[in-house]
Parts: sequence; structure tokens; C-alpha cells
Amino acid sequence: MARVEVLKTYKIYIGGKFPRTESGRFYSPKIGGKSLGNICLSSRKDFKNAVVAARSAFGSWSNATAYNRTQVLYRIAEMLEGRKAQFIEEIILQGSSKSEANKEVEASIDRIIYYAGWCDKYGQLFSSVNPVASSHFNFTVPEPTGVVSIFAPEENSLVGLVSTIIPVIASGNTCVVLASEKMPLCAITFAEVINSSDVPSGVVNILTGKRSELLENMASHMDVNAFLYTGKNKKEMLSVEKLAVDNLKRVRLKNLTNVYSPDHETPYYIEDFLEMKTTWHPIEKIGAEGSGY
Amino acid sequence: MAKKTIKINFDTGWDLAPAVESTSHIQLNEQYDLFIGGKWIKPSSGKYFATINPADETKLAMIAEANSKDVDKAVKAARKAYNTVWSKIPAKERGKYIYRIARLIQEKAREFAVIESLDGGKPIRESRDVDIPLAAAHFFYYAGWADKLDYAFPNRKPQSLGVAGQITPWNFPLLMAAWKIAPALATGNTVVLKPAETTSLTALKLAEVIQEAGLPDGVVNIVTGAGETGAAIVNHNDVNKIAFTGSTGVGKIIQNAIAGTHKKATLELGGKAANIIFEDATLDQAVEGIINGIYFNQGHVCCAGSRLFVQESVYDVVLRKLKDRMESLVVGNPLDKNTDIGAINSKEQLQVINKYLKIGEKEGAKMYQSNCSIPKKGYWCKPTLFTNVSQSNRIVQEEIFGPVLAIQTFRTVAEVVEKANNTPYGLSAGVWTDKGSKLFNMTSQLRAGIIWGNTFNKFDPTSPFGGYKESGFGREGGLHGLKPYLKF
Amino acid sequence: MLPFYLYLTSVRIFMIKVKQKLDFSASPKVDQVGIGDRIDRIIARSIKNKTKIQGLKMALNMVDLTTLEGADTDKKVIQLCNKAIHLHDGHPNLPTVAAVCVYPNFVKMAKACLLGSGINVASVATAFPSGQSSLKIKLLDTKIAVDAGAEEVDMVISRGKFHEGNYTFVFDEIAAIKEACGSSRLKVILETGELGTFDKVRRASDIAIEAGADFIKTSTGKISPAATLPVTLVMLEAIKDHYYKTGIQVGMKPAGGISNAKLALQYLMLVKETLGRDWLTNKWFRFGASSLANDLLMQIMKQETGIYQSKDYFSKD
Repeated sequence: MARVEVLKTYKIYIGGKFPRTESGRFYSPKIGGKSLGNICLSSRKDFKNAVVAARSAFGSWSNATAYNRTQVLYRIAEMLEGRKAQFIEEIILQGSSKSEANKEVEASIDRIIYYAGWCDKYGQLFSSVNPVASSHFNFTVPEPTGVVSIFAPEENSLVGLVSTIIPVIASGNTCVVLASEKMPLCAITFAEVINSSDVPSGVVNILTGKRSELLENMASHMDVNAFLYTGKNKKEMLSVEKLAVDNLKRVRLKNLTNVYSPDHETPYYIEDFLEMKTTWHPIEKIGAEGSGY
Repeated sequence: MAKKTIKINFDTGWDLAPAVESTSHIQLNEQYDLFIGGKWIKPSSGKYFATINPADETKLAMIAEANSKDVDKAVKAARKAYNTVWSKIPAKERGKYIYRIARLIQEKAREFAVIESLDGGKPIRESRDVDIPLAAAHFFYYAGWADKLDYAFPNRKPQSLGVAGQITPWNFPLLMAAWKIAPALATGNTVVLKPAETTSLTALKLAEVIQEAGLPDGVVNIVTGAGETGAAIVNHNDVNKIAFTGSTGVGKIIQNAIAGTHKKATLELGGKAANIIFEDATLDQAVEGIINGIYFNQGHVCCAGSRLFVQESVYDVVLRKLKDRMESLVVGNPLDKNTDIGAINSKEQLQVINKYLKIGEKEGAKMYQSNCSIPKKGYWCKPTLFTNVSQSNRIVQEEIFGPVLAIQTFRTVAEVVEKANNTPYGLSAGVWTDKGSKLFNMTSQLRAGIIWGNTFNKFDPTSPFGGYKESGFGREGGLHGLKPYLKF
Repeated sequence: MLPFYLYLTSVRIFMIKVKQKLDFSASPKVDQVGIGDRIDRIIARSIKNKTKIQGLKMALNMVDLTTLEGADTDKKVIQLCNKAIHLHDGHPNLPTVAAVCVYPNFVKMAKACLLGSGINVASVATAFPSGQSSLKIKLLDTKIAVDAGAEEVDMVISRGKFHEGNYTFVFDEIAAIKEACGSSRLKVILETGELGTFDKVRRASDIAIEAGADFIKTSTGKISPAATLPVTLVMLEAIKDHYYKTGIQVGMKPAGGISNAKLALQYLMLVKETLGRDWLTNKWFRFGASSLANDLLMQIMKQETGIYQSKDYFSKD
């Protein structure tokens, strides 16, 4: 008798752990009539827990050195490279051809490498020393916005996911991501990659489930500082923008349909989730011909 | 043996004689219309409202009230100017117009300063030394950017947005107009600006300057009125960008109104800044920083250092020094050159402040006010501080927008960082310590857009200004202040 | 009678107290830009009408009319004393200056000239202006001045020792001179122009005050920069902190470079807003100056007559 295959139980990823949804619910997305498996239908409570994890990770991740974040991101790429075959298999399962799947995984790895390189560079790009007309040293540096809710793209479940998560965390933000509803497999496996690649617990939290169920909480949660929306659904976008008002979340709407385009490799995606901090300090002026003394 | 209480006697018998700035050289009309398409146009409703001097409650002028029809006219004028002129002329020429505005403000600086103090109640020392020179400097700074945008955003082909709708507050009327108009023009946009209804005069004088500078008609339009006028701008379909400075409450209404419209927004909103004094600070200068932090412009400052945190070991001495310093603050006629604290901007604002003073006392906080005299007529508030407060007090949590300081103590860095960040706001913060490594730790831990280390309430056109969290988003000032008016 | 061991303990406690007192490296720090911000507010004060005339007269009454030249002679000193007595006789009801300040060898002469005028004689001492000499000489120098009748002694601190960090030396020296002064009041010149930073000005102020100075004074007038508003503010704050600590008043004397009335009024405004009423008197505040008196006189006349004045109408000395 042929060996009975062990089937994978798909879980969500919160605070560096892989729980099933607390709601116990699941859904079974189908591609070409074939079920992808029993996927967690994350609840509002799962999201709430994920935000707690993301908030508690924010302090240390945003305070990590830029060099350290570069290395951590690079490590993600390394781990992804090592598990290339599995991702290709899943992408094929989700309806892509083998060559498409191969292209997507390689593009994802390269995109992570691209952003890994930015971690210790965007600061120099976006900061400034400001020549104020008084005896002060004045400089502006970017800081991460905080906790970011992300709606990952529905299409391109891996490279789309990577293109949203990586620029957000590159600067020290932490995030809670809702994976593609119809193609969630890669997201869950990507969580396993994240988990094994030196990314501190809680920096990336990945949920599966329905936008329609989670949109309201993801956009209105008062401890979330920003929302990255991908897609083209006007109704969704309007809801996100309205719900974000209460704590003035920074809302970024992105269309990632042409995801392979080099336009999506840009430090400005990092800049989208940065706050500019300007610091003043007096400069003593003693020494020149008795001036100021 | 009873210990003699040692106290400095500030009742010196050598009092400051009035030194009132002359109003003889200013020109004010009895009535101001709307500045639309380069012309002065009567409001379609025919309605005017009075703008008064908060120091003596006399009427200064009548101001037109713009309704949505007038706003529509203004937006159309701005659109026409954008399409036909402003987007077409070379950037260098655009810059030269802005330089002209800067120069004209400098030439008329004294007139602007006097009107600003008359209309808004701020001391002439501040309007003369801070507001007006900074407004001119702002135009000067951004004028130079007009033909250099490609260097600010290399390889990104920055493009103007179109028509910018701008709404300014009453605390720095001309300066805020400059913060809005200068970068908008430099980046090639045209403008519809609404000043706050209690302080429209300097914006209207700025309209005269803009006429005198020969700016093409419709590039800058100034419409006056209250909240409804502002709402008409925000809701106008043909406005591409909203820039607002004001309360967080109104900021949220605006953000809600423009949801789904793809209008770009910059919001500069409220604050409740922590000003933190460590035991190793230069205490006398820190006290001066506290004074500048909370009593500058009657405390009508969104980035005011309204939450003071003093390390316990120096609490008594800081409080003593602070109270001594408060004794020499002069409250009174805004036009007197010796006035440190002028009139509260409006009756409504005075009521808000008084409400908070009552709340503070009711919640068990201890109120202290300096022994200064205040005029009988007009709206006034003595410099005030509250002790015996904690983060849970409303006067600590909510923005009062007046000369009211709430003082708390702390023991450790970790404690004060947590308390300082324990607010929905994140506009500014101050840190006082003579130890560099501690200062840099603090400046990076505090979640606020502007951090003043060993100084407070400093402003400069080259220095980006704007908040974290509910204090808003987008930056005004500096290179970073260009971006909100551009698309790529 | 204390048992011997208790006596020893009390001595030790006393020594510890003195040592604590002498930890001047813990003097408060000063930020120069912040001091500048405060001074900007003082300079922005508009002093007009009766405030001005009152201030001018107050300032005149605080002047230490000074001559400290190598070329000073008896006759020069006599001329200066005459000027002190007859400031501007055409105008009645003028206050007198506070003192005439000379070298020790002219004290006797000045004393005789000023007899009955109520104007004090102040003498510099302690190897003025450099202070580079032995304590023995400095004490003798002081004694000569005091014996000759100087009511006030203006000493200089040992800046070299101060820069070496030998604060105990500086402290002890001031204390010794103070003792030698007897009932004469001691002004301690820090020579701020040689100290280099505000932190050091503050530290030197604390040392002088703790060692018993009746006044602290900015400068000899021989070094640039001499008195400035910022430096004076730093010293006033030291006086204030000490007053709050002990209830003891210490006076302040900016000296050198204060030659016009407007600047003098700014100094007074600084005193008014820092130390208040009790210091706005020549018992606790002085100007060390030579040409200031005449400018004050000219401004007083301008205020009273409404007519701008010329130097030709005010006697030089």
C-alpha cells in the first residue's frame, strides 16, 4: 500500500507563535475546483492579539540598529532561497504555471535583498541638517510610524506579500498582515520563513481570513498607527479611510497589480511609513573674539 | 526659632512706564471684501462680520463672510490661474514673485506687526520679533526652492498638484498663512486660503501685498469666514490638496470629509507637549525654557510645553525659580513693547481656558498665578501653573491652548519617557539635561515630530514642523515641506 | 568640656562640611544660548519716561567712579574726586556717585578730598590687576588700603590657580583677604574675560561668595571682554541661589565697558527681574566705570529738558 501523506494544518502567525484561530473557524478556498485546505478564518480577537504582539515588538525592533535590520532582512531572503521548492509547489497549487511560480519566488527573494540593502541607507536619504538662522544645531531624521495594518494583495500571493511587508518592517515598523483571501498558502509558509530567520517575535504577524470580516477592526484599532491597503475596491478604500480617522492613521493605498515592475522597488515605499523628527539643540558660541560671552 | 522665609521682593517700586507702539502708520479699511481672482469681491450673501480687538473689545473692521458660492468662485479663479498662467510660467519667474512677497512683507513689517497684535492680542514684541520676520523668512526660503525642485527630488519629476485649499488658525495668523502659501506657490500650485475668523486682517493685508507684488490674478485667493467657509473649501470637488492647521477635532472632520476623494492632506493639529527637566539640567535656562514653552503667545501654541515634568530632586528649586521668573512677566496691552503676555484671542477661548482652570481646581490640583495686574476690559488670563497633578487629570490630558502649565514630577528616565508618550498627541517635546548621551536617548525615545533639546519653541523656515500620532501628518518647513504639495 | 574623642568627631564633621562646601566642581551648569535668550528679553524692555529718569538717577548713584591707570597721579585723583562731589552743579537734586575707586597709594588723598561728601573710597588690592603675587604681598596690599581708610576693597582672584582646578587655594585666599579687610567691604573680581566659559564664571562666583565676598565683580577693566549682560546674569543667579540658601545678600558689580546710559539701564532691568527690590540700591549693586557718569548725566538732562545734550556742557572730571 502506498504511503499515506501527512497533510499540513494551516495556522496563523501571532507573536512568533503559530496558533489556530481562537474562533475555531475555517474556510476552504478553491482554485480550479480544488480545495487548498482548511484555512483559519481569523477573528477580530486574533487581530487584537496580533496588535498586542506587534506593539510590544515595536520598541525593540525600532531601536535595533539599522545594520542589524539589514542582516535580519537578508536572512529572510536566505531562508526563502532555501525553501524555494516548497513555495514553487504552493504557487503551482494556487494555479500558476511552473515557470510563473519560479519567477515569482525568485522575484520575491530578490525584492527582499533589495530592501535589506535599504535599511541602513534610507535614513541618509530622507534626513537633513537644517541651516536654521539661530545658534542651534537642527536636524531631521526619519523614525518608523509604529504598528501597521496591511491588506496584502489578492494576486501574487508571495511577491505581493513580500512587497508589502518588507518595506514596512525595513525601517522598524511592526505589522499585522491579512494574507490573500483566495491564495493564502504562501503567506502561511512565509510566516515559517520569518519565524526561522532572526525576525523578533511580533514584528510580523500574519492572519488568514476575509477582508470583509477584518477590515473594520484593522482600520479602526486605536493602537494601530497606519494602514497599507492594496487593491482597487473603492468601497473598501473608502471604509478604510473613514475608519482610520479616529486616531489619524496614515493610510496608504497601493495598487500592486503590476507587481514585477521595478517601480515597486523603491525607498519611497519605506518612506510611506516614516515620521520625520526634527531636533533642535543650542550651539555654544564662545571663542571667536569674545562673541557671546 | 522660627526660620525667616527668604523671598525675593519683585515689587521694586521701579515700574515700567507704558511704551505703546504707535498705530498711526497702519492702514485699515472699515470693511474687507473677498480677494478672488486678483480683485476684491463682495460676498454673494452680502454678509459681513466684525473682527474685534481682544484687548479692549473694540471693532477693528468688518470682514466678508464667504459662502460656498464664493468659495466656488475662488476655486474657479485658482483653477483658471493654474491652467492658464501659474503652471506655465518658468519656475524661476515663479520664484521671483515669491521673493517679491517676502520683500514687501519686510518693508511693511511694522504695519503687519501692529495689525497682528491689534487683531489677535499677541504682544507686539512677539509679532514684531517673531511672527512677521519669520513669515517673511518663510517666503524668502521657499522662493528659492521654486526652480530647484528637481534637486530636492532627484529622478522623480516632481509635479504640482493644482489647487490647494488652505485653512489657517488664529494663533499665528500671518505666519501660518506664510507656512501655507509659500511652499504651495513654490511648488507651482495655486491657492485658496481661509484665515481664522477672529484674525483675518493680516491675511487680507497679505492679499494687498500679493496684489502689489503683481502676482497673476487668481494665483492666491483669500476668502474669509468661519467653519462653514472652511467646509466649503474642504468639500469642493476641484480642490486637489487640503492643508489645515487647527484643532485635532476639526482635523478629523476634514480627514473624514476627504476620505475616498484622493485629495492630498497636510494636517497640523493639537498637542500636549512634555517639557522634561532633569536634575543635571542648566536649571536657570530650563526655567526660561519653561516660560517660553508655555507663556509664549498666551499659550496659544499647538506645540506649547504644557506638561512640565521635573525630576523630584530639583522639583522645589525649579518651582521656586519658575515662580520668581513669572513675577517679572507683564500681562497687558498687546501694543505695549514691555508686554510679555497679551490678550486671550477671543471671548470663546477665554471661556475655554477658564473652564479648564475650574476643572483643574475641582480635580484637586493646586493653582498658582503670578501677582501681576490685568486690565479691566478685554480678555485676559494670568500666567498660571498647576501642581499636585498627574497624568489622569484632564488639565494634563487635554489641550487648553492658554497660559496654563501642569507640573508633574518623575524619578527615572524610563518613568518620564513613558509618561511623556502617554498621550494621543505627538507634536513636540522638550528635554533639559547637560548630559549629551542622556539627551540623545531622550530625543529618540520621545514620540513627537519636534524635539527641543535644552531649548523650546524655536522655529525656522528651514526646519520641518509637524506631528506624530493625532497631532497630524505631513511636514511644513524645510525640504520636507515641499513634498506635500507635489506628486511624482 | 567635651571629651577628647567627641571633640575629634566634631572637628571631623566640621571638616567634612567644609569639604562639601568646597566641592565647587558641582556648581550649577550654564547654557550660553539660553542665557542669550534671557538677555534678549531684557534688551527688548522699553524703558521710557519716569521709568527712565528714575533708572538713570538710580544708576548714577551706583557708579564707582574709577581711575586705575599706571599714569595716575595725585592731581589726577584729586580731579576725579572733585568730579565725584560736583557731578553737575548746574542741576540740583542729583544723587552722588557711590564711590571713587583708585589704587591703594591714592586712598589717603582720595579720602581727604571726599571727606564729608558721603562718597566712599574703594581701593583695588591684591596685586591688581593680574593677582600674580604671594599671599603675603596681597595681604599687605590690602592692609595698606584699609589702613589708609578705604571703605571698600576690590580684590582679584588667582585665575591661574582657578584654571589649575585649585579651588581651595582660591577660596582660602579670598577668605584671608576678607579677614584682612576688617570692616571694609570686599568686592571680589573674577576677571570673567579670563575664565572662558559661563560654567567657570558660575563656579568662580560660588567660590567667592562662599569665601565671604560682600560683592562679586566681573572685571578689572584691563581684559576684554569685560562686563557683559550675560556674564552679569550668571553671577546674579549665583547670588540669588546663595541668598535662598542662606538669607545672606551679596552685591554685584559689573565693571568695564559700560559706558552709556542705555546699557546701564539694561543692567538695572536685569537686576530688577532677577533679584528684585533689595538689590536696586548702591549698597548691593555698583557699576565700575569712568565715562558712564557723564552719559547718565546727559541723559538725565535730556529727559528733564527734552533737549539732546552735548558733551561740551558736562565737565570731564
